[in-house]
Amino acid sequence: MARTLILAIALGGLWLLLSGYFDKPLLLIFGAASVAMSIYLARRSEVIDAEGVPSGLMPRVFLYWGWLAAEIGKSNIEVARRALAIDMKLSPTLVKIKTPTRTNAGYATFCNSVTLTPGTVTVDLEPSYFVVHALTRDLADEEAILDMGRRVAALENPDAHDGEIGGRVT
Amino acid sequence: MADVLHFVRDALSILLFGLGCIAIVTGAIGIVRFPDFYTRLHAAGVTDTAGAELIVFGMMLQAPSWMVFAKLAFISFFLFMTSPVATHAVAHAAWVGGVRPMLGPELERGDIE
Repeated sequence: MARTLILAIALGGLWLLLSGYFDKPLLLIFGAASVAMSIYLARRSEVIDAEGVPSGLMPRVFLYWGWLAAEIGKSNIEVARRALAIDMKLSPTLVKIKTPTRTNAGYATFCNSVTLTPGTVTVDLEPSYFVVHALTRDLADEEAILDMGRRVAALENPDAHDGEIGGRVT
Repeated sequence: MADVLHFVRDALSILLFGLGCIAIVTGAIGIVRFPDFYTRLHAAGVTDTAGAELIVFGMMLQAPSWMVFAKLAFISFFLFMTSPVATHAVAHAAWVGGVRPMLGPELERGDIE
């Protein structure tokens, strides 16, 4: 039920901000009707679960995104320096990382954060570990990547029933 | 007072546009210069993150109304969410398809472990 409410608030907010009608009652009713219709269809097709509405990381994930933006800035400068240097001094590296996250939403957030940071890309996912390709040895710092993972793990809500990591992810 | 604010806003957004353009050009140069598929993905990452986001932030400062500001904020958010998924899809397709990266300072073809 909580997930239905979160989805309703998110859809309503999206409708209001994209349409921009705050003072036309008829159009607001149409908007509310379309949100209700979407909720009804989503409930009927049973997609309101940990995968459809991954609310387990909310709301602390916004703070994490702020921290992530700063990290992205730092590694952007590093990769840009390599791209423009006369002698690029690349030392591409593959590292296996064991994820400290427990839920699917956390695992996806962690892997996406690693990919979003320039200089590291997630190339393969397994339930117990994932493979990261890094541009240089320094960027392939296992501790720094694990630190990011622990920050995501700290966001996870232990009783949100967000689905354990399991099964083949490929 | 309004004039000063306008000037600060314009100056800030010109700075953001300039930095965004530099990031995009740097990413493009990286794509050409880096030696193999996976290293080129990293260069594309610079264009994806710094380039796109800085230019959207610059546009947000120039937005004529809060509506436009909110829509640009959505664009920035959706880019933030979807670009790593696209990058991973490409990287994973290459990995599963058997493209092996060049590794180490000597750039030898290698596999993990």
